[in-house]
Amino acid sequence: MSIELKGVVKTKDAETHIYETNLKLLKGGFNVLLGTTLSGKTTLMRLMAGLEKPTQGEVWFNEENVTGMAVQKRSVSMVYQAFVNYPSHSVYDNIASPLKVAGVSKSEIKKRVESIADLLKLTPMLNRMPAELSGGQQQRTALARALVKNAELVLLDEPLANLDYKLREELRDELPKLFAGSGATVVYATSEPMEALMLGGHTATLHEGRVIQYGETAEIYRSPNNLTSATVFSHPPINTTKVIKKGNELFIQDISCCKIDGGLKNLADGDYILGVRPHHLTPFSTDENAVRVKGVVKVTEISGSDSVIHIIFGDCSWVSESHGIHPYKVGETIDLFMNINQCLLFDVQGDLIPV
Amino acid sequence: MINKTTNQKAWLFVIPVIVLVAFNALIPLMTVVNYSVQDTFGNNLFFWEGTKWFEEVLSSPRFHQSFMRQMAFTGTILLIEIPLGIAVALAMPRKGPWVSVCLILMALPLLIPWNVVGAMWNIFALPDIGLLGYSLNAIGIDYNFTQGPIAAWITTVMMDVWHWTSLVVLLAYAGLVSIPDAYYQAAKIDGASNWAVFWRIQLPKMKRVLTIAILLRFMDSFNIYTEPFVLTGGGPGNTTTFLSIDLVKIALGQFDLGHAGAMSLIYFFIVLLVSWVFYTLMMRNET
Repeated sequence: MSIELKGVVKTKDAETHIYETNLKLLKGGFNVLLGTTLSGKTTLMRLMAGLEKPTQGEVWFNEENVTGMAVQKRSVSMVYQAFVNYPSHSVYDNIASPLKVAGVSKSEIKKRVESIADLLKLTPMLNRMPAELSGGQQQRTALARALVKNAELVLLDEPLANLDYKLREELRDELPKLFAGSGATVVYATSEPMEALMLGGHTATLHEGRVIQYGETAEIYRSPNNLTSATVFSHPPINTTKVIKKGNELFIQDISCCKIDGGLKNLADGDYILGVRPHHLTPFSTDENAVRVKGVVKVTEISGSDSVIHIIFGDCSWVSESHGIHPYKVGETIDLFMNINQCLLFDVQGDLIPV
Repeated sequence: MINKTTNQKAWLFVIPVIVLVAFNALIPLMTVVNYSVQDTFGNNLFFWEGTKWFEEVLSSPRFHQSFMRQMAFTGTILLIEIPLGIAVALAMPRKGPWVSVCLILMALPLLIPWNVVGAMWNIFALPDIGLLGYSLNAIGIDYNFTQGPIAAWITTVMMDVWHWTSLVVLLAYAGLVSIPDAYYQAAKIDGASNWAVFWRIQLPKMKRVLTIAILLRFMDSFNIYTEPFVLTGGGPGNTTTFLSIDLVKIALGQFDLGHAGAMSLIYFFIVLLVSWVFYTLMMRNET
């Protein structure tokens, strides 16, 4: 099912939660809503589900306007950050509950519950109560409830946020596979850019109640159409600084400079904003054209085999993320390198300048 | 090996608690035990009686009657207060300025001293000058709680319901507001009816607080003394003489210390046993 929001606005008590939004999600695809807390992910999902009515605009499922349709009449299922199951029902009855409401026959229910339980590795737990399960199993039960319904639209609202790291990775791998065969349109809300990249599919970046950009996940990551989208889709946050272009040279804070070529040469002289992703800023470089950035180390974080170095560079606070362990001392002045061709250039309004 | 240090001064920290518990619970309880197995006369003369008093209490029709009265009363008020409390809690707003207004209104009856509640209801229900009693008689209902056993019972039950339903409301409300909104949304998406939401989500989620509410109301109503004593004094006749009123009559009215001591202990064990069985049953499936 394709789902389309046409000019949807949501306000609550004079506060705008969602500004005018036009978004069309593809049929049968895996869609990620990426944004920080309060960016409007949950509200968008509630609007899609029909748990809330838009203040303005329309919601369309396929060729049908469903704006006023009650939630239980839409073919929707939803999984939440909290593990929501019926507390007094066994896992079996929990998974069977949407089918019972729909009036499916007993033998059919048994068949479908068992096949879903098998898929989600819940077969040994079918007779247990939700309180007797681990967090991961409780969330699997909730996912099974969403899957068993064969809903055309499945909404997953940060379903992995309350799970521990191991389980999160495990379920994250399984999720796209689980839904791939079902033909359902899946919408997955998350605040983690890395999660969006791992899930693939399509991504919509959200910021303060606005959809900034929508498209293929990898594409959005590679070429965000503006600075906001790049900021939302970068962890650690993307480094930015003001640059001045004069002729075929680029001045960074009046000190470092580099030559530019290609399409950028035709750009008008003036102020621009340079965006550098943390992993494009490295302590070593073999590239002789690399731009050297001199900064003072503020913090060094080492996670396993990666180093995250926070530096003060002029009036900017930058982050570098690189492979290997680089135990720099706080206060030390170091050189970091970046390749200008990997950087993103924005105009002063924040819109991307295509290369 | 761990080297243990010995410091007898630690006792100083424990002694206050031991003294407190001793005077608060152990010594009074042991005094009662002492009375219950002996015949007590003036000048501290004691004669060993063994289980005689216990046998006497357990075979006494008077004890059976007040015990049955007590069970009937406790059963009645639980059947009214628990469903009523849940219903009121469900009807209360979950957010907005009215929440605190409702909570304060609910807490008011709980703040009133018990003997004041008894006195209030006594005056309120008096057939000649009380608002309730006078009004009922004025519209042709023959109501006099000082003479009619049924009227006395209804008044006592009404008083208890008025005084204590709030406690159930507050506990049930606390249980209700702790249910995450996601549960209601999930139920809505499933197409569950309001009735199903109540039975499948709200009631199971309130189970713990309701267990506490039922236990508290059971224990309190079983021990009820002040309010019916002020309202009816156990009358008319013996119709509202509950266990504790009967106990006081025997212990202080008749000064029958052995009998009263044995009765107290039996009474105490009934409360303990029922509470324990109930709690164990309710918490059997909880982890």
